[in-house]
Amino acid sequence: MIGGLFIYNHKGEVLISRVYRDDIGSRQAADSAVSSSSGPFPGERLGGSMRRNAVDAFRVNVIHARQQVRSPVTNIARTSFFHVKRSNIWLAAVTKQNVNAAMVFEFLYKMCDVMAAYFGKISEENIKNNFVLIYELLDEILDFGYPQNSETGALKTFITQQGIKSQTKEEQSQITSQVTGQIGWRREGIKYRRNELFLDVLESVNLLMSPQGQVLSAHVSGRVVMKSYLSGMPECKFGMNDKIVIEKQGKGTADETSKSGKQSIAIDDCTFHQCVRLSKFDSERSISFIPPDGEFELMRYRTTKDIILPFRVIPLVREVGRTKLEVKVVIKSNFKPSLLAQKIEVRIPTPLNTSGVQVICMKGKAKYKASENAIVWKIKRMAGMKESQISAEIELLPTNDKKKWARPPISMNFEVPFAPSGLKVRYLKVFEPKLNYSDHDVIKWVRYIGRSGIYETRC
Amino acid sequence: MTDSKYFTTTKKGEIFELKAELNSDKKEKKKEAVKKVIASMTVGKDVSALFPDVVNCMQTDNLELKKLVYLYLMNYAKSQPDMAIMAVNTFVKDCEDPNPLIRALAVRTMGCIRVDKITEYLWEPLRKCLKDEDPYVRKTAAVCVAKLHDINAQLVEDQGFLDTLKDLISDSNPMVVANAVAALSEIAESHPSSNLLDLNPQSINKLLTALNECTEWGQIFILDCLANYMPKDDREAQSICERVTPRLSHANSAVVLSAVKVLMKFMEMLSKDLDYYGTLLKKLAPPLVTLLSAEPELQYVALRNINLIVQKRPEILKHEMKVFFVKYNDPIYVKLEKLDIMIRLASQANIAQVLAELKEYATEVDVDFVRKAVRAIGRCAIKVEQSAERCVSTLLDLIQTKVNYVVQEAIVVIKDIFRKYPNKYESVIATLCENLDSLDEPEARAAMIWIVGEYAERIDNADELLESFLEGFHDESTQVQLQLLTAIVKLFLKKPTETQELVQQVLSLATQDSDNPDLRDRGYIYWRLLSTDPVAAKEVVLAEKPLISEETDLIEPTLLDELICYIGTLASVYHKPPSAFVEGGRGVVHKSLPPRTASSESAESPETAPTGAPPGEQPDVIPAQGDLLGDLLNLDLGPPVSGPPLATSSVQMGAVDLLGGGLDSLIGGTNFVAPPTAAVPANLGAPIGSGLSDLFDLTSGVGTLSGSYVAPKAVWLPAMKAKGLEISGTFTRQVGSISMDLQLTNKALQVMTDFAIQFNRNSFGLAPAAPLQVHAPLSPNQTVEISLPLSTVGSVMKMEPLNNLQVAVKNNIDVFYFSTLYPLHILFVEDGKMDRQMFLATWKDIPNENEAQFQIRDCPLNAEAASSKLQSSNIFTVAKRNVEGQDMLYQSLKLTNGIWVLAELRIQPGNPSCTDLELSLKCRAPEVSQHVYQAYETILKN
Repeated sequence: MIGGLFIYNHKGEVLISRVYRDDIGSRQAADSAVSSSSGPFPGERLGGSMRRNAVDAFRVNVIHARQQVRSPVTNIARTSFFHVKRSNIWLAAVTKQNVNAAMVFEFLYKMCDVMAAYFGKISEENIKNNFVLIYELLDEILDFGYPQNSETGALKTFITQQGIKSQTKEEQSQITSQVTGQIGWRREGIKYRRNELFLDVLESVNLLMSPQGQVLSAHVSGRVVMKSYLSGMPECKFGMNDKIVIEKQGKGTADETSKSGKQSIAIDDCTFHQCVRLSKFDSERSISFIPPDGEFELMRYRTTKDIILPFRVIPLVREVGRTKLEVKVVIKSNFKPSLLAQKIEVRIPTPLNTSGVQVICMKGKAKYKASENAIVWKIKRMAGMKESQISAEIELLPTNDKKKWARPPISMNFEVPFAPSGLKVRYLKVFEPKLNYSDHDVIKWVRYIGRSGIYETRC
Repeated sequence: MTDSKYFTTTKKGEIFELKAELNSDKKEKKKEAVKKVIASMTVGKDVSALFPDVVNCMQTDNLELKKLVYLYLMNYAKSQPDMAIMAVNTFVKDCEDPNPLIRALAVRTMGCIRVDKITEYLWEPLRKCLKDEDPYVRKTAAVCVAKLHDINAQLVEDQGFLDTLKDLISDSNPMVVANAVAALSEIAESHPSSNLLDLNPQSINKLLTALNECTEWGQIFILDCLANYMPKDDREAQSICERVTPRLSHANSAVVLSAVKVLMKFMEMLSKDLDYYGTLLKKLAPPLVTLLSAEPELQYVALRNINLIVQKRPEILKHEMKVFFVKYNDPIYVKLEKLDIMIRLASQANIAQVLAELKEYATEVDVDFVRKAVRAIGRCAIKVEQSAERCVSTLLDLIQTKVNYVVQEAIVVIKDIFRKYPNKYESVIATLCENLDSLDEPEARAAMIWIVGEYAERIDNADELLESFLEGFHDESTQVQLQLLTAIVKLFLKKPTETQELVQQVLSLATQDSDNPDLRDRGYIYWRLLSTDPVAAKEVVLAEKPLISEETDLIEPTLLDELICYIGTLASVYHKPPSAFVEGGRGVVHKSLPPRTASSESAESPETAPTGAPPGEQPDVIPAQGDLLGDLLNLDLGPPVSGPPLATSSVQMGAVDLLGGGLDSLIGGTNFVAPPTAAVPANLGAPIGSGLSDLFDLTSGVGTLSGSYVAPKAVWLPAMKAKGLEISGTFTRQVGSISMDLQLTNKALQVMTDFAIQFNRNSFGLAPAAPLQVHAPLSPNQTVEISLPLSTVGSVMKMEPLNNLQVAVKNNIDVFYFSTLYPLHILFVEDGKMDRQMFLATWKDIPNENEAQFQIRDCPLNAEAASSKLQSSNIFTVAKRNVEGQDMLYQSLKLTNGIWVLAELRIQPGNPSCTDLELSLKCRAPEVSQHVYQAYETILKN
């Protein structure tokens, strides 16, 4: 299991260090063992002695490594280091055993989420400001290297940084039963005057297209994010136009499908928040759950069939002699004319030896950004079934570099108010047997947002 | 609330200031001071001097302050064990606190203070906490047992904590169950033989129920534990699979991967004809693909695992090629892994797409990635024959880009393509030659030189080209020098008239001006060959080369099977067994896939077919055949053929099937002549040899037990030394598996039970492959015979003498230790036959100082008898030669750890007065020679 957890700043200074297992040479242990014989940094001598200091080994071999990091898992002298980076901060988990690697990374992400939920952005300043809290969290969510309940909702009930509150016996047992219970993500006794829920269907559409307009790969990865403000312990049931469900129902009541006339979509795969009863989904394909309070991600899914590609990019690059390039890019919007796409940005890469660029575009603003080696073309809004064009002349400095320009793909960003996968929410039913509010009393909001993921056209 | 001020550095005298503050009366000031202490501790300052002062702050009702003090204690208690005792009272008191959070905190922290004296005080509170009414305390106490076991295993067992822990598996709270499973799994790892987890259908059912209810982490613990279970039949395996598959939709990737592990493992037990098998295969693909939309670090873990899964069961992902296409801004480690999987999935159906992608990648920026992409194109050519032409032309396009490293990498792979498809693509040589000047890496230069030498007759100016390399001969790396030497000799043999001067030049450069012994040796050999017998030289140097295999980087099947059992863990990320990176014995229990229960499997799956099992005593029985064979082998100087022609082999197989199990009795008759061999025309030479051994392989699979020589049992542990337990034993090797045959005798007056065995680390990693199973208690004067299967994947430590094995045997009375020497021949593996040219090359390659000479006295055997005796112990005769009335046998053998030993055995059959055999051994690890000699002696003399 995880032997220790360290947090470093970008310089490699330790901000947090918590050792769970003896086999990890912590600095304290190492210092007291070799204090008489060593210099200021005993671990810097990379001879491989047993007591080699894990904290320093990671700094020297990974953070200060000359080469770009080649793997998120590093093995130094039989000690394995897992790391993730959040802005300038390195989180490293250390072990000497054959641990479950996927679990360690999932835990590190979770750790980041928990910290973010407590104090916002993960930065050196925030970590220093909250180091006592972080130690307290680490003590709670990792015991002897085994991850424990790490749901922020539950943690916030008893790790508060407010010192000890005078809790009644009932409160205490409520906390412990929530932390260990079957429904660890929700506490009892939540009350709202207005029962309300928000559903966001957030999709990111990914595309790789050849210069000739052939789709090399395309998929949508979507998330259903729910914000629930519901009283009690509500049972929810979520339905969407999943092909398998629709077809199954179609068999029973043939007229229903024809009546609704909705198109169904084929979902390649989906994963759920831990509140969803997976065995029920597996047997009946119904999504039922008791939601956490507030915001959470109900499900993630992936589709690859019948994707609506909101934009098509048509590139034309011509090399005019050795010192000039002519680029023409046309974008076409491919959705209902009544809808508006927003925040459209097209990024056209330019060679490293570009000396000057002249751009003409019909719509929006375009600029050559030398530091990013790209022409960035921004359009605020664009309706469906429209077309726009940019042309540019790129002057090049003559070089004797034999290596050809790699021609990175043209990438696009945008936001559209529909789900490119075609997913539709059919219902979200709420039942609360104990309190007297019914499904009709709950105010429900649904919103669809489609964003570009990696949306690239090769040129 | 800003705590960052505590990090600001302070001057000298800081410790004194802190001391004063810690002893302050004001609570706030105390707390501030403790925070400062913790901050200093974090940045690595030694604040252990403050120990008593900090411990004094422990008695507080402020939970935050208490936690800080505990944190300090965990860090420094070990360096100040005596003072740590001061804290004990508070802990014990806290374990009785009405607040469950405080009770749990106390028991959790106490377990982290790894001081023996403190653990004494821990038993009672821990015992109470394990039965606490609050689940939060119980789940914390469960983990605490594992902590305590890590400090003092004996104590945990003596105090009966393990039983309490086992009871927690039936706890009503899912999280308690999960933590108990985690703790038990960890403890069980350090006791491989104990049946601690005692998984049975009932407990499995409990775990599967808890699986639906506990946290994501708990689900991982349970799934990882389930993966160690061995269902009793395919129906049980299927029902577990059915209950695990819903986990594939979990948002946590680790839960998904652990579920995949369970399914991959139990799938082994399901029959392929089952409908459910197909359903399961289909269910596995989507979640694996979904893992690729996780964060990059997890993608990396997933990809390393998918790499294994694709090798084990290619059918799962064969239609999913597209998802492994590299994205422009993937991190480099993800890109490289995706590339690997793309090659593995490449097939005739998708090769066009793959090639288009690879060509795209070859123009990217990252040098390593580009190189790997170019290499991948070459591998596609070798893997998918239909695409070879397109691959070659793609490579030529890339060479035209003139990007230095692309060109070099392309040339290296084109060399391999030439080897795979001889005489097909040589038209491109001209293009390659144009790029001669730009090659600056040894591997590329060597490849180019090889091409020039190999096709010297088609390259008009081959001599000029090679001459140009010769100018800077001494500045080249050894690889290039060796290649250049060979290439020029090849050239000379092909065009002797024009290149005499050149060959003279290179031979003198190699032999006279070089310090490198390998180069000099090779130079001298060529020189002598050329000067004594040019015809022989031609046959040696220009011999046809064996074709290279399709996939060179596949993981070896047994390792692959083991790694499948470790899906999701570090082992699967490193593609190494845990013993390769985990210190000590913890967690390195060898795991293997369950055997298939369906009988239909064994016939069709290639891995279960007997491969290279040693022929038994047949050569003895049919000496006439043996003689004939030897002569034929002697005559045949051509390249060895790896397998018999298809037609004959099928005839032989048929014949053997007909003979069936009756073969045993048939072999007993002295006049037995194998009909299939007789049917093969005699002039086929070598193929007969291999055909024959194929036949023998099959027979060994059919019924005859063939195996290495087995020494009689010797007493290893006399009853006097082991309170009445006498152990005698020996080692055997049969059809590829090593076992230790033990005879346990109870010479005491009481009944013996609870046997277990463990080995110390040893030179060849011998370890028990299964627990020692003595089924019934051993009553006085009773003897049992046990065969303990051994594996060679344990941890390795060089012993003195090399074949020393230290063994510990435990029973209900005590633990006993003894050591024994195992004969080295139990480590000789079945595929130890080296091909003839390899043998020659290796013999030359091993420096002379590694050669050891031995005499085996009084051994009146002729060459055939010796050879067959040795062969049954996996020492293989590669070639036989008769020189001046002496028989020379050239033999090879391979040890389980991959060390090759080459031998020359000299026999003088015509001389009855001289019955001594002379043995020379050559090996890269000369320290084994002595033991190999001893093995020879034992085998030949028995």
